[in-house]
Amino acid sequence: MEGYIVSLIIFTTIFALFGLGLNLQWGFTGLINFGHVAFMAVGGYVTVLLSDLDVPLPLLIWLPLCVLIGSIFAALLGLLIGLSTVRLREDYLAIVTIGVSEMVRLVALNEEWLTRGAFGVQGFPLPLQGFAPTLLTRIGMLAIFTGVVALGYWQLWKWLRQRLKGVSRQAIIRSSLAVSGYLGSLGLLLYGTVVGARQLKLAEGISAWLVGLILLGALVAIVSLYTWLARQTIPRLPDWSAGLSLVSCLLSLAVGLWIYQFAAHAIYTYSRTSIKTGLMFISVLVVALIFWGLQKLVRSPWGRVLKAIREDEEVAKALGKNVFWYKLQALMLGGLVAGVAGALYAWQLTTVYPDNFQPLVTFNAWTIVVLGGAGNNVGTLLGAAIFWAYQTTTRFILADIVPLDDARLGAFRVMIIGLLLMVLMVWRPQGILGKKEELTLGR
Amino acid sequence: MVDNSHSLLSAKNLYKSFGGIKAVDNASIEVTQGSITGLIGPNGAGKTTLFNLLSNFIHPDSGEVIFDGEPIQQLQPHQIAQQGMVRTFQVARVLSRLSVMENMLLATQHQSGENFWNVWFRPGQVLQEERSQRERASEILESVGLAHMAQEYAGALSGGQRKLLEIARALMVKPKLILLDEPAAGVNPTLINKICEHIVQWNREGLSFLVIEHNMDVIMSLCDRVWVLAEGRNLASGTPTEVQKNTQVLEAYLGQ
Repeated sequence: MEGYIVSLIIFTTIFALFGLGLNLQWGFTGLINFGHVAFMAVGGYVTVLLSDLDVPLPLLIWLPLCVLIGSIFAALLGLLIGLSTVRLREDYLAIVTIGVSEMVRLVALNEEWLTRGAFGVQGFPLPLQGFAPTLLTRIGMLAIFTGVVALGYWQLWKWLRQRLKGVSRQAIIRSSLAVSGYLGSLGLLLYGTVVGARQLKLAEGISAWLVGLILLGALVAIVSLYTWLARQTIPRLPDWSAGLSLVSCLLSLAVGLWIYQFAAHAIYTYSRTSIKTGLMFISVLVVALIFWGLQKLVRSPWGRVLKAIREDEEVAKALGKNVFWYKLQALMLGGLVAGVAGALYAWQLTTVYPDNFQPLVTFNAWTIVVLGGAGNNVGTLLGAAIFWAYQTTTRFILADIVPLDDARLGAFRVMIIGLLLMVLMVWRPQGILGKKEELTLGR
Repeated sequence: MVDNSHSLLSAKNLYKSFGGIKAVDNASIEVTQGSITGLIGPNGAGKTTLFNLLSNFIHPDSGEVIFDGEPIQQLQPHQIAQQGMVRTFQVARVLSRLSVMENMLLATQHQSGENFWNVWFRPGQVLQEERSQRERASEILESVGLAHMAQEYAGALSGGQRKLLEIARALMVKPKLILLDEPAAGVNPTLINKICEHIVQWNREGLSFLVIEHNMDVIMSLCDRVWVLAEGRNLASGTPTEVQKNTQVLEAYLGQ
């Protein structure tokens, strides 16, 4: 379980980073990038190929340098894409980027002298390889890790306080009780459905299609009942969103602490063989640092120019902003961040194949950004967490209850993501943390 | 005829065709320092195209534009704005999902915070500049009566308020010349008067204007000099009263 949680944290942070890059390009600047995975591929490949070279430097210095060079290469790819699409309208950028990402993958597949093609690159040095910290070092690492988590919770607390400002205590209690009753009963019902479906699947004499039909019927019934319930209660509960904020904060606190204790234990028992724990430590720090840097940027005058370009680039031009240069910066900086994600991804996979960089990976990033709310970095973090929680939980649960074989189950999971995205688009087109007002504004 | 020594903007023989249509056909225009110059003409005369040529949003096929003593037709639109010539749009264009205040602050030139390096490594300077610009923006918003909307989304403004914001935003650039494309179109009479008052006041403070407008009352009350465009060509120019008596102009407008 601990190993599983550690690897889940690593994947979440890698894709959070990956999504942050896309969010800078699309969420803030409005550049439609359908080839985001190319940056990841370049960052990953350059990093591992460089790190495999014989260089008279200790790994502790050489590896970060490799990541830096790799992500600079990814940024240069962004420069190349930007320069070659100067004269194209934004929708053409989408086509060009998807082409570029396939080109990068095919080059990696065919230039065997460089990338070893379909055989993949393996055996490259990993960070903190053979690192055996003393108890004191481990406690230090734990302190740093805890500090990052605490900082995150502090931000959450500040946000919650903002949300609850001006709402009376009584209203908060009433609405959070209602919301937790609603969510709790919904959770119990869904859990019951899962248990029931598992029994049905195990029972003999019931054909697969019947199980599927019963499952589907149960889900439809539950969803319609709870939509109806929400419609009934929301008008009578004016402060329901405050309650929802409080309950979801408590929930994320609980889930977060539950995950934290695994991670903390992993760090505390760190030994020579626990490479993944080291990677988790590094990637959490990297994400925290980059997230902080990006938050500073998007709230600065620099970020304001990007948002202006997203809204109307002619206006930005008329007000003396070099739109092209800012677009290049967004493409390059977003690419750089995705390049770092690529390096971490390569380390997590320990073997890099061209197939790791299929176009689908780009759309995972899109799912994450859309889920959390475009133009909201916190939303991207949340989106990545939800995406990977979904990926891991469904891997176990769905196999137990859905009467499908493994190959079809994989496709089914992707289908459900699509379905959930559609529901989200209808129910909350601005994403989970997006601002609803922004949708109703005229241009 | 034209006193060149005080010329702020002068464009000579601008030409632009789209396919077979000569949108602007050897038109010239001159704005003297400190003036409010009008640009009128029937629909489709090429007034807005001329604006686009002056600000280089569209490159002219031929002709030259001199602004503040320097040729600018080789400059990018944003460089022209940086030189001190700001344009507005016929249909007011605001940045909807930015607040009114952010719309204003964006227009400030030479912000050190627009360089990401400074954001990370010189946060103090960025913050300080931001604070003083915020003050300036508040003053301007106050003067056009948008102060109460400062924290709202710009997309939530009415049509007339958007026009005001666009002009106020142009002021934030600290320009020498503002090109106004129909500032009174779709604005109620009271607000038109208010906009005109502001234009006159800012003009007194040394700012020059080039105004496209169909509302002749506005042109008459504001402009020192009026240029008339028809079918992409110069038809006449002179003081508002002169132009109003010009038979050619009357013909072009009324189609006699």
